[in-house]
Amino acid sequence: MTQRMTNRFAKLAEENRPAFVTYFMGGDPDFKTSVEIMKGLPKAGADVIELGMPFSDPMADGPSIQAAGLRALKQGQNLPRTFDMVRAFREDDDETPIVLMGYYNPIYQYGSEKFLDDAKEAGVDGMIIVDLPPEMDEELCIPALSRDLNFIRLATPTTDEKRLPKVLSNTSGFLYYVSINGITGAAAPKPDEVAKSVAHIKAKTDIPICVGFGVRSAEQAAAIGRAADGVVVGSAIVSTVANSLKDNKPTKNTVSSTLELVASIAEGVRTARH
Amino acid sequence: MNVQSPNSFRNGPDEEGQFGIFGGRFVAETLMPNILELDEAYAKAKKDPEFLSELEYLNKHYTGRPSPIYFAERLTEHLGGAKVYFKRDELNHTGSHKINNCLGQILLAKRMGKTRIIAETGAGQHGVASATVAARFGYPCMVYMGAKDVHRQSPNVFRMKLLGAEIESVTAGAGTLKDAMNEALRDWVTNVEDTYYLIGTAAGPHPYPELVRDFQSVIGKECREQIQEAEGRLPDMLVASVGGGSNAIGLFHPFLDDESVQIVGVEAGGKGLEGDEHCASLTAGRPGVLHGNRTYLLQDAEGQIEEGASISAGLDYPGIGPEHSWLKDTGRVDYVPIMDTEALEAFQLLCRLEGIIPALEPSHALAEVVKRAPTMDKDQIIVMNLCGRGDKDVHTVAEALGIKV
Repeated sequence: MTQRMTNRFAKLAEENRPAFVTYFMGGDPDFKTSVEIMKGLPKAGADVIELGMPFSDPMADGPSIQAAGLRALKQGQNLPRTFDMVRAFREDDDETPIVLMGYYNPIYQYGSEKFLDDAKEAGVDGMIIVDLPPEMDEELCIPALSRDLNFIRLATPTTDEKRLPKVLSNTSGFLYYVSINGITGAAAPKPDEVAKSVAHIKAKTDIPICVGFGVRSAEQAAAIGRAADGVVVGSAIVSTVANSLKDNKPTKNTVSSTLELVASIAEGVRTARH
Repeated sequence: MNVQSPNSFRNGPDEEGQFGIFGGRFVAETLMPNILELDEAYAKAKKDPEFLSELEYLNKHYTGRPSPIYFAERLTEHLGGAKVYFKRDELNHTGSHKINNCLGQILLAKRMGKTRIIAETGAGQHGVASATVAARFGYPCMVYMGAKDVHRQSPNVFRMKLLGAEIESVTAGAGTLKDAMNEALRDWVTNVEDTYYLIGTAAGPHPYPELVRDFQSVIGKECREQIQEAEGRLPDMLVASVGGGSNAIGLFHPFLDDESVQIVGVEAGGKGLEGDEHCASLTAGRPGVLHGNRTYLLQDAEGQIEEGASISAGLDYPGIGPEHSWLKDTGRVDYVPIMDTEALEAFQLLCRLEGIIPALEPSHALAEVVKRAPTMDKDQIIVMNLCGRGDKDVHTVAEALGIKV
């Protein structure tokens, strides 16, 4: 784990509260606005930031994140700008862990080694690459670990006894438990089932387990946060950005309404274990 | 990219599901257990005499295999060079080679205890073949089809509905095959427990490229016997169109180690390779990762996938099966583009000279034959895969020729 990630989860454990992991799309609705959103996230209650890297063909994402990615690409978002966002954020905050999330092809075209070096230099802590399962670890995971960057793996309801050890191998930072079989922003997870699955995985590993997919409200976040080490919210944030736009352009409400939503869900996460 | 020639071109993929650097399993974790289960099921099935004999029975009595090879006498005379033969997979039940793969996969779905079938389709030929086998085996079937293709292939849309399939018109992206495949993958991730994804081409995560190739190789196996019976020897050249590349790999694979056989794959050159309205991923693309595999892709400098464009909905895909990428890099197969206009001319030529209305996909292969045959000796032999019939395309052709039907 990077020092930032280790420190963050240690601090949360001390405070006995789950992490609030916020996903948003880099470059949506434009570069400047998304930097403002990113810089406001920690104060609004985000403990870990997932910075989305747009891809033309996001096969595990629902309509909200698909549309956000297309908006960002239209505004010229790419990997150099993603790193610029991280650098801008690090000017004021050297504690909040940043995890890049996206698909492999843009990284492969950029060059895997160069991607990792530039990410490390910019102040990134880890990555979640949706279409790189453990079978493909040589591509990016192993080189990332050798640079002390976290490679965060997804576990899902289809991850059975046989599969779990493979998923846990080489995972670092935290494990992202995808609470439903499906795409981002789909049906809401059932807290009881999630708690059972989390307990099951916890028996096999010491790394923190954050749960996401379909979590949209403070109440849901609180329910999930009772069992998990962290709650991930993405589509709800991305949808709030989308709803604030006029003709795909930011309005004066874009940053404020997005951060207000984050703050309201953060409240749910903070009270999860009270 | 140059890759050292292997001892055999017919041993792939390796244990990681790769042909050289191509192929692999680039999918979301949710799908991995399912893909490994499919791998296991297929490894068992291909060694099971019961599975093989059931497939053989269906190929013969349901599809009408073997499909004949046909000496195109008037076309040969017209071109004045090599003898041109067609492998006539357009005569199959459902009108194209797609049924070969669908029968194999539906038997796998049955063995795996799946209860629902999903498929993507471009021209609608694979959608029709999927809907057909789903009806035959009593499964509900959902077909994802780009909105643009739903419009330009409307006869096939109605055929699928008659066969009981549901059609989901996909408006994301440019509304063509790539976008349909994204939606099918999203459905699969959501319904992974009970759903079998019947991929229509020799692409996607391992083991799909391998198993689709194996089910389509019936084309090349039959062809090898038939041409030897007709001519007493192997052909000098094979030609087939490539979109995803399933009909081509089916014809090519049994011949890959026959050095004397020159092999040509024909890509959709659309309106020309200088612009962005084409689908020539091998000629104009570069290696990348999409839809579960590493392969040649049409993409921009930053790895965002570009939309292809072709008059033929079935070739309108920015990727290609990974084995073709490897065959290109090893130099075993030549891949060349054919423009929309050339395919249209070849389409009309075949109608008038041989009384066969071909699909627009093999019309691309035919246009390449029209170029090559005259430069060859009269005792040389070309076999072209006539992999689909053109009934579905008459509206598109009429529109392109400016004729109101």
